[in-house]
Amino acid sequence: MHIYSSHVLVCSGTTCSSKQSILIIDKLKDGIKRKKLNEKIQVITTSCFGLCTKGPIVVIYPEGAIYSNVTLNDIDEIINEHLVNGRIVKRLLSGDNNENNSYETADFFKKQERIALRNCGVINPEMIEEYIAYDGYQALGKVLTDMTPEQVIDKVLDSGLRGRGGAGFPTGRKWLFAAKAKGDKKYVCCNADEGDPGAFMDRSILEGDPHSIIEAMAIAAYGIGSDQGYIYVRAEYPIAVKRLNIAIKQAKDMGLLGDNIFETDFSFNLELRLGAGAFVCGEETALMTSIEGKRGEPRPRPPFPANKGLFQKPTILNNVETLANIPVIILKGANWFKTIGTKKSPGTKVFAIGGKINNTGLVEIPMGTTLREVIYDIGGGIPNGKKFKAAQTGGPSGGCIPASHLDVPIEYDTLIELGSMMGSGGLIIMDEDNCMVDIAKFFLEFSVDESCGKCPPCRIGTKRMYEILKRITEGKGEVGDIKTLEELSETIQAAALCGLGKSSPNPVLSTLRYFRHEYEEHIINKRCSAGVCKELLDYIIIPSDCKGCTKCIKVCPTKAITGMIKEPHIINQEECIKCGACLEACPFGAIIRK
Amino acid sequence: MSKNCQCGEDKVCQLDNVIKEHKNIAGALIPVLHEAQKIFGYLPMSVQKQISKGLNISLAEIYGVVTFYSEFSTEPKGEYQINVCLGTACYVKGANDILEQFKKQLKIDVGQTTSDNKFSINACRCVGACGLAPVVTINEEVYGKLVADDVKGILEKYQV
Amino acid sequence: MKSIAELDAIRKKALNNMKVKKENQGYKIVIGMATCGIAAGAKPIMSAFIEQLEKRNISVPVSKTGCVGVCRLEPMADIIDDMGNKTTYIMLTPDKVEKIVQNHIINGQVVSEFTINSTQAIF
Repeated sequence: MHIYSSHVLVCSGTTCSSKQSILIIDKLKDGIKRKKLNEKIQVITTSCFGLCTKGPIVVIYPEGAIYSNVTLNDIDEIINEHLVNGRIVKRLLSGDNNENNSYETADFFKKQERIALRNCGVINPEMIEEYIAYDGYQALGKVLTDMTPEQVIDKVLDSGLRGRGGAGFPTGRKWLFAAKAKGDKKYVCCNADEGDPGAFMDRSILEGDPHSIIEAMAIAAYGIGSDQGYIYVRAEYPIAVKRLNIAIKQAKDMGLLGDNIFETDFSFNLELRLGAGAFVCGEETALMTSIEGKRGEPRPRPPFPANKGLFQKPTILNNVETLANIPVIILKGANWFKTIGTKKSPGTKVFAIGGKINNTGLVEIPMGTTLREVIYDIGGGIPNGKKFKAAQTGGPSGGCIPASHLDVPIEYDTLIELGSMMGSGGLIIMDEDNCMVDIAKFFLEFSVDESCGKCPPCRIGTKRMYEILKRITEGKGEVGDIKTLEELSETIQAAALCGLGKSSPNPVLSTLRYFRHEYEEHIINKRCSAGVCKELLDYIIIPSDCKGCTKCIKVCPTKAITGMIKEPHIINQEECIKCGACLEACPFGAIIRK
Repeated sequence: MSKNCQCGEDKVCQLDNVIKEHKNIAGALIPVLHEAQKIFGYLPMSVQKQISKGLNISLAEIYGVVTFYSEFSTEPKGEYQINVCLGTACYVKGANDILEQFKKQLKIDVGQTTSDNKFSINACRCVGACGLAPVVTINEEVYGKLVADDVKGILEKYQV
Repeated sequence: MKSIAELDAIRKKALNNMKVKKENQGYKIVIGMATCGIAAGAKPIMSAFIEQLEKRNISVPVSKTGCVGVCRLEPMADIIDDMGNKTTYIMLTPDKVEKIVQNHIINGQVVSEFTINSTQAIF
């Protein structure tokens, strides 16, 4: 059997026939023969396609292109363009493609201002050429050929950019200290050990725009007089690691890393170092100790890393998102940057919104946007018609912001006033079904697990706090527990060695500040109205739904359920250990937890 | 595989090559440990001793580093690593119920391995897939938007 | 890298390469391949696009990109045409891909029900 590579189907239904389809078929066959394609292309007449108002219709396979309202004058174009050159003749398609359906037109996107995420979702992160096409490495070229190191630092200082990793220290000041420090060798480090649970903005930048970090680190190195950089990235981010490795290699191959970049005296090399699953390594001194190949324990400051950092040399450490802002500031200027955001916190901040919210995801908003705008206008509100209870920012170092403060503009200083902090940008939304004591316990458990153990206030203090919280959620809370928690918090804040330790009581303090009544309810009334703390709930049989099948009686390990067959059973609350076996066993859904 | 190695497959030899490659890098220990764990699957005392000799770092210091970082393990792990994400986003969406269900189904606790060396359960830190919370990863596979009832079916996939 | 001029030359060439071209039917397909996308199944989606294009014997470039931030709607893909119009398709499956290639790439008809604006949940 002869195999054709293409088939041209022409409709010869009544309507199409009356619109000249016979003549079209003849002209097609004739044209195909003249191009000597009749061995490869078969013209077939078919019955009605059902698109009669658009007839005559010509369909070409294997592509499946449907041409409508075809006239005799179109045939040459169809043959030359489509059959000979393989290009679909768009003007003959019935499609109308003018509506814009891109993510940029969605409302959640419109309120955003993308600086750090400018290339994420736009360029191919594995191709340096695409980064260059979008003005990549222009800023590096500009500083190396056109600016002195002092001018670079001045520009960053002037922009007012503050560290996006959490504490909000002015980036330019950090650079200035390191530039002034004396040393034969200086280092530039990038903190990509994004450990706050629920925060993944740095990962997104590393995966979507790795070259922006490389370029920014080279600019920083020029500014402070360094020739060696390290990116410390979590091992839990394999795709980010892979793309960074590709990016570093491409930059080296193109001479954007290495010796005499842009034919200047400036040389810069970059190495990747993988973390190994220790949260404390996000703290600057611990991170540097870890790069040195040791246990990642923090050390007291001073001396500050700007004077004695990695390998005892002057070092700057910047967070991924901070660095992503640098090339744009160099190219567009400090004044442009200051027009975005607020006076004290210029620019934007990327948040990872998660938890009980409709639009989970990453958003980049100008500083000063209110929490209400983020949650309702961008985040689309709380699912299932539930009520907003609190927003948690700053991870285990931060706190919860209640509904009464929804209209406060988000910037470094306002969040600290509210007892929380910016943190790296995790924003977890909680609704009425979340118990705040349980959330505080969750974060303290995290801090206990991740405490490096070097200083007693953090190692022992967080453990004691966790034990108290655990007791409270199990219904064994005592009057006086709240006071003890507050005292312990105060001690840890004053005496812990590093920033992570000092801030570890924040989740407790902020929930105590805004949700003290929930603690009291747990301790005094032994109730958890959010219905989370298992030991504080009662299992109850709804008499009208109970068929008296005795299944629950059989599974109850403490014989707490009584009742005659075919009569509603009752759970004796004194004897119930709240194991939940009865609830699972009941075939009628007659047992509830309340 | 470097040319220096004659035997080709020997893991000890592979590690020697890794040590040689890293020897002159500042702060080589952690990258070497990462590679060693890739080769052996875990870091038994013999491996630590070899690294100690190769990098000229005391065994005490190496042991200190290995036990400090949660990524490194001195015990062999199960064939399938079940990582239940307990990041905040997953936690508020009920990751604990998922974890309990895995524990119940496999009858082991967090950090333990089943007697047939098939499964280990770990409670892990945020994997950054918060849009899919609650999330569980089993080796390279990612399972998102889970409810406790899904657990049994997922495990069955691996039990064949 | 020797000079800004050299960088600019690369930039110009790259911009030109990134342009959507006529011989590619005037389309370009870009798939979100960050962790969120891959976790949600972006790899089979990329294969599905390539397979569908091969089956129809047409060449349209398929490339990858990072995360645009709406991870819960992954896997996602943008189809960009030579007029600069961008259509974002969300929560893709291989079946949806087949329909998108057939209707959109071949016949120029946006498959509205799979686009990001089709969902009311997006604000």
